[in-house]
Amino acid sequence: MKLREIVESLGLEVKCCGDRLDREVTGAYASDLLSDVMAKSKAGDVWITLQTHMNIIAVAALNDLAGIILVNGREPEEATLKKAEDEGIVIMVSKEPTFEVAGKLYEMGLRGGHGAG
Amino acid sequence: MHAVYQESFHIEGGDFSRAGAAASRVKQILKEIGLDSSYVKRAVVIAYEAEINVVSYATRGKMTLTVSPAKIDITVEDVGPGIEDIELAMQEGYSTASDWIREMGFGAGMGLPNIKKNSDFLEIESEVGVGTRVHAEVHLAKGGRPS
Ligand SMILES: Nc1ncnc2c1ncn2[C@@H]1O[C@H](COP(=O)(O)OP(=O)(O)O)[C@@H](O)[C@H]1O
Ligand SMILES: [Mg+2]
Repeated sequence: MKLREIVESLGLEVKCCGDRLDREVTGAYASDLLSDVMAKSKAGDVWITLQTHMNIIAVAALNDLAGIILVNGREPEEATLKKAEDEGIVIMVSKEPTFEVAGKLYEMGLRGGHGAG
Repeated sequence: MHAVYQESFHIEGGDFSRAGAAASRVKQILKEIGLDSSYVKRAVVIAYEAEINVVSYATRGKMTLTVSPAKIDITVEDVGPGIEDIELAMQEGYSTASDWIREMGFGAGMGLPNIKKNSDFLEIESEVGVGTRVHAEVHLAKGGRPS
């Protein structure tokens, strides 16, 4: 599915790179530990996290992630948005916590880990 | 892939705003060389975690990427506090990271274990009060494709 469907279905606010919502999403990963995301996320995953600092952009870019969903209505830092623009990383914000966001993505058919997408 | 490729990158200790820049160059170079994405992914994890350790704990460091037909070699040398007990540092979950580093989602004690998991060869040398040298290799199958 495309990022656009996720944005519409979950009512996400797009903070960066709204011109890239045609990006294909093949899975999802939820974690707030950067080493864990480096080790376990896969290219094409959408990443659910509460981290808002700029290092999330490098992690997303290095792993070719489809985008980042910030939870609990957390605002990305200024420097994070600037870096996201430079790297073309889509940042979306949900008012809901991680559990609800992950549950909704699961219901939409997305899977994490090594399961089928 | 024929010629041996080598490039070095500076890493500034304490500067989280540029953390990941060296790993990003490693990724770019390995992709340009045309290595299989599974090799690139492993090398990127090694480079990123080693880079973050320099940023987190050391004063400054240098990452050297060397690619030959047989392997990807990533060596990161730093000037810094060194590691007193390398065996302990290698244990999953062991971390001396400060609170603010942990708040950013670093300092889970997974860096060195993840470097080890992704390496075919790993050697860490360290002298307390002097610095640390992490030398990791990813071995390539003939033709650059994993078997
Ligand atoms: N380059 C380094 N210089 C000094 N100490 C280091 C270095 N790299 C790792 N360490 C030590 O080893 C520990 C474990 O490192 P690591 O596995 O990457 O986990 P983390 O960085 O999350 O703590 C660190 O907390 C630190 O005490
Ligand atoms: Mg580390």
